Amino acid sequence: MTNVQKNRLKDQLFKFWGIGCTLIGLVLLIIFIGGILIDGLSRIDWAFITDLPSRKAEKSGIWTPLMGSVWILVLTAIISFPISVAAGVYLEEYAKKNRLSALLEINISNLAGVPSIIYGLLGLEVFVRIMSLGASVLAGALTLSLLILPIIIVATREAIKAVPSSIRDASYALGASKWQTIWNQVLPASSGGILTGVILALSRAVGETAPLIVVGALAYVPFAPSGPLDQFSVLPIQIFNWISRPQQGFIDNAAAAIIILLLITFVMNGIAVYFRNKWQKKLQ
Amino acid sequence: MRKIKEFVIEKSLLSSALVTIAVTVGIISVLAFEAFSFFQEVSIVDFFTDTQWTPLFTKKHYGILPLLTGTLLTTFIAISVALPIGLSISIYLSEYAPKSFRKTIKPLLELLAAVPTVVYGFFALVVVTPFLQQFIPGLSGFNSLSAGIVMGIMIIPFVSSLSEDALFAVPKALREASYGMGATRLQTAFKVVVPAASSGIIVSIILAISRAIGETMIVAIAAGQQPRLTLDPTVPVETITAYIVQVSLGDVPHGSLEYKTIFAAGITLFAFTFLLNTLSFRIRKKFREKYD
Repeated sequence: MTNVQKNRLKDQLFKFWGIGCTLIGLVLLIIFIGGILIDGLSRIDWAFITDLPSRKAEKSGIWTPLMGSVWILVLTAIISFPISVAAGVYLEEYAKKNRLSALLEINISNLAGVPSIIYGLLGLEVFVRIMSLGASVLAGALTLSLLILPIIIVATREAIKAVPSSIRDASYALGASKWQTIWNQVLPASSGGILTGVILALSRAVGETAPLIVVGALAYVPFAPSGPLDQFSVLPIQIFNWISRPQQGFIDNAAAAIIILLLITFVMNGIAVYFRNKWQKKLQ
Repeated sequence: MRKIKEFVIEKSLLSSALVTIAVTVGIISVLAFEAFSFFQEVSIVDFFTDTQWTPLFTKKHYGILPLLTGTLLTTFIAISVALPIGLSISIYLSEYAPKSFRKTIKPLLELLAAVPTVVYGFFALVVVTPFLQQFIPGLSGFNSLSAGIVMGIMIIPFVSSLSEDALFAVPKALREASYGMGATRLQTAFKVVVPAASSGIIVSIILAISRAIGETMIVAIAAGQQPRLTLDPTVPVETITAYIVQVSLGDVPHGSLEYKTIFAAGITLFAFTFLLNTLSFRIRKKFREKYD
């Protein structure tokens, strides 16, 4: 074999290796989800969703953690959305190139890399102890809001960056003020991108377990929360609790609850991708 | 009137941006405050040199080393999985794959990162460990090996997507020059494109390490809750994050030394990830200047 042939062979081999690597993660994910479907699907019925938790695996349902997750989702959205979009708008439209904006930028990039469990410690001390909210839904939602703040800010900035400057110029030429331009032109034009970021961030919040355990969310709550100061559990914590038990019945319950959790996560991701595609087409 | 309104709006937007600074200040002061009061009762020398971590037992030891080795061991295994696979994916996608394939496969790969970590924990404990036990007879039910492997699968998209962005940003002219010299795609990839994108690739690796160090649920579920000073991947260990979860699940009274241990463990974890994140930010800044 000549050198040229050898190099071409290596080139081809790497191509197949590359395809293999690209597919292996997905194949494992499919095998795994398939396994979970086999374990858990037979366990899912209407009663599983609407039943309260129980000591017996066959009688346990996910109603209280499911409602806890819904509460967390709604409160987190209400708290994080205005703050993070406002921060994103400030950084993209107002901030001048000075030390403050450089500090804000490096700070946000750092926050995005802080492990989620550290946010749990922050929430435990500040919201649960100092503000004495206790291990409530509100304390959990505040904690997760801080966690997803940097994600939404980054998405907002990207979306605003993508708005063509001609739109801004046209608005200014008609005599609009800076804020009128942002509110009436820039934000509507970037709304698709912002929405995508918000939904992705919220889907991350729904799957978070560790910070809520640290904040004090419980594995066993007899009733669904009826107000923001009530105790709560969430789906991932219920799954974690079931996984930690030795009986097979609880493992099946965990698999069934995972199906519900994955359904929520994937649907949210799907909606986000849909909005992003629609928005990108509109921009072009 | 209009000027006042504009001014008020700008300042309120600024205050939202300043919330992010408050979060950082909050994290650091909370961790530092509780850790400081921890170190008034436990000597800092013992904390870093004692080889046992048993704050929940009657005979108490406060040596972080076992938790630290547990964390580094699982991280090392995860990176050994994610790095070769993630890099190969990024090279394949940017240098070999047709554009349409790239467009469909990228969102699917990101799906790997969207799966909640508690689900990966289940995967590691219920599927991977029993599977590995067929080949490794001595493998304990909780071990750092399967936790690390599954964590590696989870962070593949972190490595692949950031490195691919870096590879893709390398100017076409460099590739064409290499092809013009008769090099194959493989030679071009490894001798021209990868070196040119090296800082971006390094950033992706650093961020993946930082992510693995802070990962909690996979290790809390599948690696066990026994702090021990070992590099043996087949026995149960405990990571810093898993310890914080273990204590949080129990009923630890506020103000007790046990309560403070999670903050002492937390500040150690934060210090590591903070260093790695700052390092990656610095490299990224430099890298941007190179091509713009």
